[in-house]
Amino acid sequence: MNELSEKVLGGKQGALHLAILAVLLLVILPLCLDLFRLGLIGKYVTYAFVAISLVLLWGNGGILSLGQGMFFGLGGYCMAMFLKLEASDPISTKIQTTPGLPDFMDWNQIVELPWFWEPFKSLPLTLLLVLVVPVLLAFIIGMAMFTRRVGGVYFSIITQAIALILSILIVGQQGYTGGVNGITDLKTLSGWDIRTDSAKYCLYFMNAGLLILCIMLSRFILTSKFGMLLLAMRDKEERVRFSGYDVARFKIFIFCVAAMISAIGGAMFTLQIGFMSPSFVGIVPSIEMVIFAAVGGRMSLIGAVYGTLLVNFGKTIFSETYPELWLFLMGGLFIAVVMFFPDGLAGIYEKYAPHCSFSMLRARWLKKVPKVTGERQ
Amino acid sequence: MRNFNEYCKLKKGLAAYPIACAMAGLITMSQVFAGDFPTAAVNTTGLAVTDSTVKVGILHSATGTMAISETGSIQAEKLAIAQINELGGILGRKIEVIQEDGASDWPTFAEKSKKLLENDKVAAVFGCWTSASRKAALPVFEKDNGLLFYPTFYEGLEQSKNVFYTGQEATQQILAGLDWIAKEKKAKTYYLIGSDYIWPRTSMKIARKHIEQHLGGKVVGEEYIALGDTQFGSVINKIKLKKPDVIYAAVVGGSNVAWFKQLNAAGLNAKKQSMLTISVTEDEVLGIGGENLEGFYSAMKYFQSLKNANNDKFVADFKKAYGEASVIGDVTQAAYLGPWLWKAAVERAGSFDVDKAVVALPGYELMTAPEGYVKVDPNHHLLSKLRIGKWLKNGQAEVVYESGLIQPDPFPKGYQ
Repeated sequence: MNELSEKVLGGKQGALHLAILAVLLLVILPLCLDLFRLGLIGKYVTYAFVAISLVLLWGNGGILSLGQGMFFGLGGYCMAMFLKLEASDPISTKIQTTPGLPDFMDWNQIVELPWFWEPFKSLPLTLLLVLVVPVLLAFIIGMAMFTRRVGGVYFSIITQAIALILSILIVGQQGYTGGVNGITDLKTLSGWDIRTDSAKYCLYFMNAGLLILCIMLSRFILTSKFGMLLLAMRDKEERVRFSGYDVARFKIFIFCVAAMISAIGGAMFTLQIGFMSPSFVGIVPSIEMVIFAAVGGRMSLIGAVYGTLLVNFGKTIFSETYPELWLFLMGGLFIAVVMFFPDGLAGIYEKYAPHCSFSMLRARWLKKVPKVTGERQ
Repeated sequence: MRNFNEYCKLKKGLAAYPIACAMAGLITMSQVFAGDFPTAAVNTTGLAVTDSTVKVGILHSATGTMAISETGSIQAEKLAIAQINELGGILGRKIEVIQEDGASDWPTFAEKSKKLLENDKVAAVFGCWTSASRKAALPVFEKDNGLLFYPTFYEGLEQSKNVFYTGQEATQQILAGLDWIAKEKKAKTYYLIGSDYIWPRTSMKIARKHIEQHLGGKVVGEEYIALGDTQFGSVINKIKLKKPDVIYAAVVGGSNVAWFKQLNAAGLNAKKQSMLTISVTEDEVLGIGGENLEGFYSAMKYFQSLKNANNDKFVADFKKAYGEASVIGDVTQAAYLGPWLWKAAVERAGSFDVDKAVVALPGYELMTAPEGYVKVDPNHHLLSKLRIGKWLKNGQAEVVYESGLIQPDPFPKGYQ
């Protein structure tokens, strides 16, 4: 038990940091902010899923994916398809040529529900597909890339290209996907109106809770033997290979896990914001998400969450205060981070705040009271 | 209307005066005092209305790819608001603007709408431009019971209690224009081309039905190109092969530059080929260059070159505010109508409450619109005229045809 909690929480210091984050997200922010601002935080938290997936993949695995947006988008689209079918009942769409179909299909002269929309009539199947579809895509990409030993910058470029292809596909096939408008006007989840205030609170807590769980899952992966191998592969891939490990399989695995975590964020995004659009699938959002992780610190799971919150908060505040100048301010922030704090927020924390850490305090206390026994070594 | 009349009866001496002036939009001095309209009475839903001010939102893309198109709308809305303030504001209250940037990103539009409605409690929002941004923001306006004035000509198929559409819906722009060109050019064969998203697709659907069922013509080709695409070689080859009497185009944004330049390079200029477009305004012509467009036609409800007293004043005011070189396109004019219509709605209702203003506006006739006369239909769109403009080398259009007032019909029967 102790050992498991050690692994999941990352030791006492890790547990402390996680607890601070949990208290911030689950107690302090809901108490301090009105529902509108809290909704924004909820949206940022969905991006944080992608940021922690990048900590796994990029910070610890050395695999820089510039296409994480596509997994976020796929998860979001799967959820949106379910919600859209529920919102398009024959009564509320009676004005259309073919009632009962999503409105964008009607505009595009599609008279029958396409086959791949069929599974999204069922909620359990949808929840399953939210996870399976992105993982399947990641598996296929991983098989094609890693078994051929495609890595480094080539891998980054290819993921970027795939993200672009996917967004073009979604925009181009608007009869089936809603095109550039995306899937909009989502109302209920199995009869539960997701637009009400109580639902918004409920989704916010669900979202934050899932994020904490995902951090714990990621921590478990990183503290296991697999996590050590991941680091080893990042630093000296050939040595790991010569030691007899199948590097490709490990890489495919971590790529799939990262895809799954991103997809959960996407699905929660759709639920909270009430729509999904191709603008989350392409290159720009994918790179933005890498920036979130970089600002937070690409080695630190919790740092990535703070990074995401900080960047998005800055984005919102700057754009509200200076609607015509805010992009320059954001650009300045990124340049400053890269130039002065290459390890991001987590790096600053490590550098300037080591004395506050839990183990240090304990060590000092132990020095003062030397005759304490029974402490675990 | 009733509220306003009651107010007028109370102020017997001025009974006829304010109403006539409000209708004509010609109040030169403030005749309405905020004290006559206590804040508690004109604002029962907690909007940002004080004894001397009222807050409104402007929500367009000031950054990103759409900024070039939406800037004109921001300018027009600010101009209208400044003019209303000079006339004493609305119900004696000066309008304060909160501007937000949609950043050409549809989810941002939803986020900022929410901010304007829930945090700032604005009484009205003037904004959105692309259909996608409106679709993203619409659920927010419906849920928070906000009021949006949307300026762009668009595909129709929508009607919301919370939105007034000051641009044309598809049938207003398409049917009369096709009728005109069919007669003018004795056109039998048509080639449809558009950018690939909902507005061109819906427009072409309506155009095809009209051509086939009402004009007895034939559609010899229908092509869609991806947004932002600049390769028109194969389309132009097909057009050369099919030799249509008319090209009917709804190509948007940056693609337009390539489209017209490549047409000219292929020898298909206005002397050899007729084209009617529903997506080119003075704003686009700035980028395309008048020489590449000369002789082609656009179907719009407004052109900068319109000759009437309202427009002369509008163009002069706009240039005074934003420089001699600025041009005014169709959407810019429609955006300019938004604040004036909202003023009318609030004054007719005698209240800033959205529910009351929304009911008060239909039936209102705006006599001071630069496009001439518009009337608000019960379906929240405007009755307006359609004009055909023939493009000149200098980037301006010569109006060659003007229809009668066209009833808006966002859900056209027989065209779906």
